[in-house]
Amino acid sequence: MTSVEQRQSAGPRGSRSLLSIDELGTDGVFRILDLADHMVEVNRRPNPKVPALRGKTVCNVFFEDSTRTRLSFETAAKRLSADTMTFSVAQSSLNKGESLRDTIETIAAMGVDAFVIRHGSSGAPWMVDKWTQASVINAGDGWHAHPTQALLDAYTVRTTLNRTGGLEGLRIAIVGDVKHSRVARSTSAVFRLLGADVTLVAPRTLLPPVVDEPTSENLDALIDDVDVLYLLRMQSERMNEALVPSLREYTTRFGLTPQRAGRLKQNALVMHPGPMNRGVEIAVDPAELPGAVITQQVSNGIAVRMAVLFELLGSGHGSADTLEGSSE
Amino acid sequence: MAHEIIERNRGLDGVVLVGIQRGGVWLAKALGAEIVRIEDRESGHASVPVGSVDASLYRDDIGLRPVAPGSVSELEFDIDGVTVVLVDDVLFTGRTVRAALDAIADYGRPRAVQLAVLIDRGHRELPIRPDYVGKNLPTSGDESVSVTSDGVVIS
Repeated sequence: MTSVEQRQSAGPRGSRSLLSIDELGTDGVFRILDLADHMVEVNRRPNPKVPALRGKTVCNVFFEDSTRTRLSFETAAKRLSADTMTFSVAQSSLNKGESLRDTIETIAAMGVDAFVIRHGSSGAPWMVDKWTQASVINAGDGWHAHPTQALLDAYTVRTTLNRTGGLEGLRIAIVGDVKHSRVARSTSAVFRLLGADVTLVAPRTLLPPVVDEPTSENLDALIDDVDVLYLLRMQSERMNEALVPSLREYTTRFGLTPQRAGRLKQNALVMHPGPMNRGVEIAVDPAELPGAVITQQVSNGIAVRMAVLFELLGSGHGSADTLEGSSE
Repeated sequence: MAHEIIERNRGLDGVVLVGIQRGGVWLAKALGAEIVRIEDRESGHASVPVGSVDASLYRDDIGLRPVAPGSVSELEFDIDGVTVVLVDDVLFTGRTVRAALDAIADYGRPRAVQLAVLIDRGHRELPIRPDYVGKNLPTSGDESVSVTSDGVVIS
């Protein structure tokens, strides 16, 4: 495949795959957020489709359940005119004992330009990235990373609060099951990369042993001052592991109750990656919260994933000077 | 060029200017201002909508070279049935104009599309011809022409 060879032989600009926020780096984050502005404009049109990735094939490989991420990627690819394939594990030869590597190599042999992969094991996308010449996009691996969620979160904050230059000085609290949350890890990484002050708020049992951010067990001490309140999904299976005494107690200490909602700053944002457990981490109707941007997160998700796909599959990697030179 | 655009279209009725990102945008604004100034003398109240279009998602060399999109397209007006004057600074291979034509088509069906460029430097690779030219500038293919509001530089 010549397109692959060209990408391989190209210069240092940009990367072939998106695996984590750290590997993307600050420049990469800004590039994708800027591109997302263009994609939002495309999505606003009556016919939200551009021919940018005609002839490219994107394959969604989801080993874990997902509605919004998979649909979001599929929509994003289609709006850029790429072809999409969906690999659903339930109906696959994995049930006949085929290994992940053989599966990936088989699909790659059909001519795939990008794999969008979600896997229950941390690090799986890095393995896939080694096995294939195609681009690999991490759509969530274990407790580890979920970079496109992080980028759409950063984009949502950036556009709603009008912070094109970065998020310097913003106070952001990420509340909930940080320990088991790939969203918390990636989203905190991107917020900090853009200059925000992130505090992780959770019961000690739901915090990882080592973190880079300041932590707190007292949401009430912070809630008056935060600019962004980021609620994580309380995964009910954690109850069985006795990490929190009861969901009711969790809501009392860490949930967004009507009282806490009333204490939020007037222009504070409330975010949630979904799916929401109403009555647990969010005990108010988000539709009645002026600062809730949860639906914007979903619609921005499409634009940001379009930007990611275009950045990985659509940008050549030659020298940027050639572009400046030919002003035609 | 402003006079030509007015003459050719017999006034400003149903005429909009659309600058191609990035070099055509300031030029479209400048042309728009000049056209309004000229027409104002005649009629007293003239206006011409000015927008911009980013063609980078429609290029035929996607994946072959880096993409540096300009600002986001701004077409706040309806382009169905109007005459769109596409504006760019330098006309070279014609490939950007082709991409811009495709982009325009996604917003609607103009009655006609015309092309205004400040510099035509030749070396067309597509059957595209400008309707209004500021200056024909013979160049060799490996030279680079850059246009700013201060002037034109060949390097």
